[in-house]
Amino acid sequence: MSAQTLYDKLWDRHLVRCDDDGTCLLYIDRHLVHEVTSPQAFEGLRLAGRLPWRSGANIAVPDHNVPTTDRTIGISDPLSRIQVETLDANCEEYGITEFAMNDIRQGIVHIIGPEQGVTLPGMTIVCGDSHTSTHGALGTLAFGIGTSEVEHALATQCIIQKKARNMLVSVDGQVGPGITAKDITLAIIGKIGTAGGTGYVIEYGGDAIQALSMEGRMTVCNMSIEAGARAGMIAVDDKTIDYVEGRPYAPGGALWGQAKADWQSLHSDPDAYYDRVVHLDAATIQPQVTWGTSPEMVVAVDGSVPDPEEESDPVKREGMQAALAYMGLAAKTPITEIYPDTIFIGSCTNARIEDLRAAAVVVKGHKLAANIKRAMVVPGSGLVKKQAEAEGLDTIFKAAGFEWREPGCSMCLGMNDDRLSPKERCASTSNRNFEGRQGPGGRTHLVSPAMAAAAAITGHFVDVRTLEV
Amino acid sequence: MDAFSTLNGLVAPLDRSNVDTDAIIPKQFLKSIKRTGFGPNLFDEWRYLDYGEIGTDCSKRPLNPDFVLNQKRYQGAQILLARENFGCGSSREHAPWALLDYGFRAVIAPSYADIFANNCFKNGILPIVLSAEAVVTLFAEVATAPGYQLNIDLEKQQVTTPAGVVFDFAVDAFRKKCLLQGLDDISLTLAHVEEIKAFEVRRKIDEPWLFGP
Repeated sequence: MSAQTLYDKLWDRHLVRCDDDGTCLLYIDRHLVHEVTSPQAFEGLRLAGRLPWRSGANIAVPDHNVPTTDRTIGISDPLSRIQVETLDANCEEYGITEFAMNDIRQGIVHIIGPEQGVTLPGMTIVCGDSHTSTHGALGTLAFGIGTSEVEHALATQCIIQKKARNMLVSVDGQVGPGITAKDITLAIIGKIGTAGGTGYVIEYGGDAIQALSMEGRMTVCNMSIEAGARAGMIAVDDKTIDYVEGRPYAPGGALWGQAKADWQSLHSDPDAYYDRVVHLDAATIQPQVTWGTSPEMVVAVDGSVPDPEEESDPVKREGMQAALAYMGLAAKTPITEIYPDTIFIGSCTNARIEDLRAAAVVVKGHKLAANIKRAMVVPGSGLVKKQAEAEGLDTIFKAAGFEWREPGCSMCLGMNDDRLSPKERCASTSNRNFEGRQGPGGRTHLVSPAMAAAAAITGHFVDVRTLEV
Repeated sequence: MDAFSTLNGLVAPLDRSNVDTDAIIPKQFLKSIKRTGFGPNLFDEWRYLDYGEIGTDCSKRPLNPDFVLNQKRYQGAQILLARENFGCGSSREHAPWALLDYGFRAVIAPSYADIFANNCFKNGILPIVLSAEAVVTLFAEVATAPGYQLNIDLEKQQVTTPAGVVFDFAVDAFRKKCLLQGLDDISLTLAHVEEIKAFEVRRKIDEPWLFGP
């Protein structure tokens, strides 16, 4: 057999059948379900008189629409409550395991999957959420699907798909001290653009990716969708296997040894062919801050807001002008002279324990700057929250003036009450800076947890590496 | 899903690149547990001057006169002309549901985000890719000709302008068949039940840890 990429291997392992035109049926090992994109799928199933193909392949959790404040009083918004109760009822009816709102294991779907060992190397994983690419960090083929496909996956345990092309993004060498996975992923998107990965599955490689922790790798794979790719993935190595071992849903006993042996093959062959290869020099990556309304509108913290007049492409120029008008920024403003009102540390991109630790190190012993009106930390899961509290991170954040919340998607998309007001400017560890994403008229700057923490205590964006912590 | 064969429809131009699904249908409307009723909230933040909430009577809300869909000449449009990377961002199928509910049956753009294009096909909306040059031409023609209509023929894979200029487009053969016949994907897949079952049996042997208790 000719040399294969990791994507080629995962694809072949899951191929049920393929038509001559390349339309294939791909078997799905794991389907993750949340409350927003599933109710219509369950309704469709019910109307057609169908049952889930394999209930045990599904794991559900409410995350998008749950309050992050005191939950003992339930959900006050009646529409949100109906949606969460609908998920509870559907899981009950179809025998699907659910980590319900008040379960300690509840959290953001892409955080609890790896945390529980529900995500295992070699799997195909789908979820009605674009950031499903996160799970690729464990050597899986994981991608977001729409609600019709949620219904299709429930009913058939398969997805109809044509194979995408292979792209390798190689981050060569090592990043400097203080540079995080978020800076790497934003730098990649800045280089290839938000449509740079369209039609591809991206495999991340290179020394800088191998050097990342599993949680850092999840941050990188998470934002593959912001680069337009169908999925992102990273080869399995010892770190992957060590991470999975002993997790509640990971195999144990004799099956563990068998699984571990199998997973050793989940990497690209040395001579595998990629349709496109992109190299980044890790040493040149600086802390990143987005200035516009698309994740590709990003610069290093020591840079300035670009000037649309210097852009020759008229469509791009107009896009930049519209972004600056929306963001309330003037061209050529130094990034360090941008003053956020709000700090949001959370989301499936950056709400794991290492993210909270990185922010806490910066915040420790400081207070929020006077211009910061609101700052919140929203842990990615109940277990991340518990761990952070055991380490005293909550005390550090609260002493500085941060709110310490219950887990959920929260202000990343503002479906619950956590949202920005018009013109409110936010330093956010989330993944999208689209117009209105965090609240109508809200202005989002995407940064790493450490950079968000630095902005919180200084009141403006600043290179976190220059702070004495 | 309604079948799609030919369409002679009014064209509305949306002259922005990277239009994301948050813009197509903002998050507050995702609290609905239905597939229908999203049309009045399509492009909500651009279309209205106030902040829209689910359940608000949109006929009483102040319209943004500058937004293209609020202009009289584009009322009743069935074809949306758009720029690069249309539908990027979230996988929410509420985006094509909102387009369909509003009355759009086709989109023409130089490129789409992967999941969005897939979601369109599943809902009887045809996302047509034309070259960047062709799209530039169409934007120019729409701007100068009120009542501008295009003819779309899926069988022939052609878009024809009022002057008779024909643009050919590519479309996946399987997706084309499903759209032309209004086929339901799940029924098509379930025609292969035995193959799926046989695959599953092999998979249980090869990777038994995936089939826990």
